[in-house]
Amino acid sequence: MNARQVMRVMVGFYLVLFFAYLFGPLIIMGITAFNTAPYPTVIPFEDFTLQWFDILFRDKDMMIGLQNSLKIGVLVVLISVPCGLAGAIVMQQVYARARSLYYLVVVSPVLTPGVIIGISTIIFWKDFTGATGIGFLYDGLILAALGQSSFISAYCMLIFLSRLQRFDHALEEAALDLGASNAQVFRHILIPYLRPAVLSAAVMAFLSSFENYNTTTFAILSDKTLTTVLAGRVRQGSTPAISALAVTIIAITVAGTIVYELVKRREDARKAAQRRTAQDAERRELAAA
Amino acid sequence: MQAALGHPFVIALPFAVGLLFWLIAIRERQIGRIQGLSFFQRNGTAVGLFLIVAVAFWAVFMIVLPQLFMVEMSFRPKLPPSAMGGPRDVYTLQNYHYFLFGSATSSAEWNVVHIRAFWLTIIASILVTLGNFLLCYPLAFYMAQVATAARLRFLLLLLITPYWVNEILRAFAFRVIFSTGGLINKLLMGAGLLSEPIDFLGLDVGMYAGLSYAYLLLMVFPLYNAIENLPKAQIEAARDLGAPWWHIHAFIVMPFAKPGIASGCTLVFMLTSGALAAPLVLGGPRSLWFTPIVYDRFYQAFNWPQGSAYAFILLLTCIAFVLAVMRIGKLSLGEITR
Amino acid sequence: MTADVELDGVTVRFGDFTAVENANLRIKEGEFFSFLGPSGCGKTTILRTISGFIDPSEGAVRIGGKDMRGIGANKRPTALIFQSLALFPMMSVADNIGYGLRVRGISKSIRQKKIDELLNLVALGDQGAKKVDELSGGQRQRVAIARALAVEPQVLLLDEPLSALDLKLRQHMRNELRAIQKRVGITFIYITHDQGEALTMSDRIAVMNRGRIEQVGDGRSVYDAPRTAFVASFVGENNAITGFITEAAEDYAVIEGKLGQFRGTNPLGLKKGACATLFVRPEALRFGAPENPIAATTREIAYEGNLTHVGLRAVDGSHLTVLLGAGEIPPVMDAQASFGFDAGRAIILPPQQDG
Ligand SMILES: Nc1ncnc2c1ncn2[C@@H]1O[C@H](COP(=O)(O)OP(=O)(O)OP(=O)(O)O)[C@@H](O)[C@H]1O
Ligand SMILES: [Mg+2]
Repeated sequence: MNARQVMRVMVGFYLVLFFAYLFGPLIIMGITAFNTAPYPTVIPFEDFTLQWFDILFRDKDMMIGLQNSLKIGVLVVLISVPCGLAGAIVMQQVYARARSLYYLVVVSPVLTPGVIIGISTIIFWKDFTGATGIGFLYDGLILAALGQSSFISAYCMLIFLSRLQRFDHALEEAALDLGASNAQVFRHILIPYLRPAVLSAAVMAFLSSFENYNTTTFAILSDKTLTTVLAGRVRQGSTPAISALAVTIIAITVAGTIVYELVKRREDARKAAQRRTAQDAERRELAAA
Repeated sequence: MQAALGHPFVIALPFAVGLLFWLIAIRERQIGRIQGLSFFQRNGTAVGLFLIVAVAFWAVFMIVLPQLFMVEMSFRPKLPPSAMGGPRDVYTLQNYHYFLFGSATSSAEWNVVHIRAFWLTIIASILVTLGNFLLCYPLAFYMAQVATAARLRFLLLLLITPYWVNEILRAFAFRVIFSTGGLINKLLMGAGLLSEPIDFLGLDVGMYAGLSYAYLLLMVFPLYNAIENLPKAQIEAARDLGAPWWHIHAFIVMPFAKPGIASGCTLVFMLTSGALAAPLVLGGPRSLWFTPIVYDRFYQAFNWPQGSAYAFILLLTCIAFVLAVMRIGKLSLGEITR
Repeated sequence: MTADVELDGVTVRFGDFTAVENANLRIKEGEFFSFLGPSGCGKTTILRTISGFIDPSEGAVRIGGKDMRGIGANKRPTALIFQSLALFPMMSVADNIGYGLRVRGISKSIRQKKIDELLNLVALGDQGAKKVDELSGGQRQRVAIARALAVEPQVLLLDEPLSALDLKLRQHMRNELRAIQKRVGITFIYITHDQGEALTMSDRIAVMNRGRIEQVGDGRSVYDAPRTAFVASFVGENNAITGFITEAAEDYAVIEGKLGQFRGTNPLGLKKGACATLFVRPEALRFGAPENPIAATTREIAYEGNLTHVGLRAVDGSHLTVLLGAGEIPPVMDAQASFGFDAGRAIILPPQQDG
C-alpha cells in the first residue's frame, strides 16, 4: 500500500466515524421509539410497536404546543422576511458614516445568546406595553415571534445580502430608463430577482422558529410551544413518546430534503438546457455571419 | 440616582442617534460631500417608507431597545410594583454585587457557586469550540477541496437533516445513551465490565458530550464556505514545491479560511455558553452551567433585575469573545458574520 | 419642436475627480452621432448625464430646447442601451421588449402588436417566447435595441453596444444598426472606443480625451483635418515628428527637429519658436519623394496583398510607418532609404497637453 492509499483509507475511516457520531445518537433514539419497553432503550428490544406515536399524537399539551409553534412560525416568517429584506436593501444604501454602526446593530442578534434575546424581549415589552397602554401585545405568542424575529431577520438579511451582491444594478437603471417608477422597479425587477432568496429565507425562518428553544422559553410567558412542552416532558422523565416525536420530525425533514433536492435537480436541468440553446444559437449565428 | 426617568431616556436614545446621522447626512449633502440621488428619490416614497419603517421597527424595537431595557433593569433593585418610581427606585450595583458575593450588601464571602459555574462555562465552552473545530476541519476541507461534485452534494444532503433536529431532542438522544438505564451502561454491564451502572449524567459526562455534539454543524458550514473559495491550484503548487501536508494546512489553508474559522468558532462559543437545553436535560443535580442559573433567577427566584444582571454578564462575555477573535484574527465584524 | 440634444457647458465631477469638463455640443435630430475616445475618458458619464442618471455638476443638458435638470431618467424622451445590455433575466424576450409599454399602462393587445412589429424589425420574429438566457450574443443585442425602441424615444443612446460581440458579428451588426437608424429616423448617440465603428457609422463624431471633447466633425474632417495632437494620433495611424517652428506663415510652417526641417500646413496659425508636432499619415509618405526627405532604415515589411506596411527606423531612432499601395515596389529590408511627403498632406499642431 502506498502513501496515497493509506491516506484514502484514513479519510474514509474518518468520514465514517464523523457521520456515525452525527447520526448514531439520532438513530439510537429513533429505534427506541419502536420498542415496547416503557423506558427509551434499545437493548433489550422487546417488541416492535407504534404505540408511542399513538400516545404522542393524543398528547393534548403537545398538540397545543404544536399549533402555537406553527402560528409563531408563520408570524416569524411574516416579520423576518420583510425586515431582513429591508435591512439588506438599506445596508446597500445607508449613509457611509452610519454603515458600520448600522451593521453592528443589525447583525448583533446573530452573535447574542438566545436566552439573552428572550430575556430582553420580555423585559422591554412588559414595560413598553404597560406604559403605552397596548397591553394586549404582551402576549406569549407575539413576544416569542418578536424575540425570534430579532435574530431570524438577521439571518434573512444575510441571505438577501449575498444575493444582492450579485445583482446588476444596471437592471434597475434599465427599467427606470424605460419609464418605470421607483415602486415599479422594486416590484418588477428587484423582488423577482430576489424571489429565490425570499423563498429560502422563508423556509429557513420557519424552521429556525420551529426548532427554537432558548429564546422561546423566556418569551413565550405562560403559553407553550412544541419545544417548551417537549423540554418540560424531558425534564419530568424519559418516555419513548419523545423518541417518537424525534422520529416524526426527522422523517419530515428527510422528506423535505428529498423534495428540495428533486426541485433543485429539475431547476439545474432547466438551466443547462437554456445554456445549450444559447450556445447553439451562438454557433448558428457565427456560421451565418 | 432616581431611576424613574430611565425609560423615556432609553427610548429616546436610539431615535436621537438616528436623527443625528440623518441631520449630518443632510448637512453633507448641502455642502456637496454626498452626491447622487437621495434615499426617497432613489426608492420612491412608498418603498422608501416601507424600508425605513421595517428597519426602524426591527433595529429599534426588536434589537436595541430590548437590550437597553435589560441593561437598565440590571441596575435597578427588585421592588414590588407599588414601590416602583418611589424613593427606593434608584440605580444600584446590588445585582452585580450579588453575583460576586451572594448577597446584595455583604462582601464577606465570595459567591463561589455562581462564579465557579461562570468560569467553568467559559472554559468548557472554549474547549468545546476547539474540539468541534478539530473534528469538523477535516470534513470541511474534504468537502471543499477533495470531494467530487456528486459526493459533495450527497454529503451536504446528509448534513441537512441532523441540522434541523432541535436541541432538546439532541440532548434527549444523549440521555438515552448515557442514563443509568441507558445504552452504554447496558452494554458495559452486559459485557460484564460493570456490576453497578455508572451515573454518567450525575458526573456531567452526558452534559459535556451533549454540548459538544449540539452545535457541530454550525462549525462545518462556515469552514466549508471559507475553504471552498481557496483555489485548488494553490494547494497543488505548494504540494509541487514539496510542502508536507501539515504545512499546507497550517500555512495555506487555515490562513485563507481565517474568516470562516473565526465565524464558526464565534457561533459555537456563543451557542455553547448560552446553551440551555443540554444543561437542563443532561445536567446533574448540581447545576454547573451558567445559563440555567440565569434561568432560575427568573423562574425560581422571580428576580428579574438580578436575572438581567446575570444575562448582561453573559452578554459581555460573548462580546469579549467576539472582540478577542477579531483581534487575534485581525478580522472585521463583516468577515465573521458572512 | 425638434428633438435636438444640446450640451451647454456640461461638467461632471465625482468628488475631486472631473469626469467630463465643459462639454458643449448640439446634436441634431435624426443624426447618428458618435462619441469616440479611449477607455475611461468619460464617454459613459456623458451618456448617463444625457439619459438622466447623473445631474451635471455645472451646465445644462437640453433636449428639444427644454432644460432636463430635475427630470428623472424615467421621464426623459431618451432610451439607453447599456454596455452590459441589462436585459431582464426574469422576463421572456417579448416581456423585455414590452416592458416600457407595460409601465406606461398600455393595453395588452396594443402591446403585443408593437412587440411583434419590433421583433420583425430586429429579425427575431419567432423568438418572443424565449428567455433571454437562451439567446446568442447577437440576438441579445437585438432584443436590447427593440426594447429601447419600443418606448418610441426621440433619442437612442447606445453605450458600446457591440463590444461584447465576436469580431465577425460586430461588422455585420454595424450595418444593421445603421440600417435600423435609417428606418426609424430618430437620433442615435453612439459611444465607442473603436474608431472603425465611429468612422463607418456616424454622421458626426466627437473625439474625447480625459473628459474633454477635443474635436467635433464628420469622419472625414476628423481623419483628414485633426485639430489636436490627440485626435491626430488617436484617429487612424499617424507618424509624429516633434520640434520647434522655425518659419511660420498664414497657411504653412516649417518645423525643425532631430530629423531635419519639414514643411507642413499650419491650420492653427502657430507662431515661430513654438514647440510643435508634425503629423503625416503613413499613406502620405512616399519612397524617394524629394519634398521633406527623411533618411531611414527599413526594419519591417508586412505584405498584405493590396497594401504593404513598411516599418522604418529614422536616424534619431524614432519609428515611422509607411503604407504603400498595390503598384508601389517596397524597398529592400534593412536598407537605407529616403522618404518624403507632400507638405500639403502634413499637419503641424501644438504638442499633446498632459495633465
Ligand atoms: N460614480 C463614479 N464615481 C467616481 N468616479 C467615477 C464614477 N463613474 C465614473 N467614474 C470615473 O470617471 C471616469 C470616466 O468614466 P466613464 O465610465 O465615463 O468612462 P468611459 O469612457 O465610458 O470608459 P469605458 O470605455 O471604459 O467604458 C473614469 O475614470 C471612472 O473611474
Ligand atoms: Mg463606458
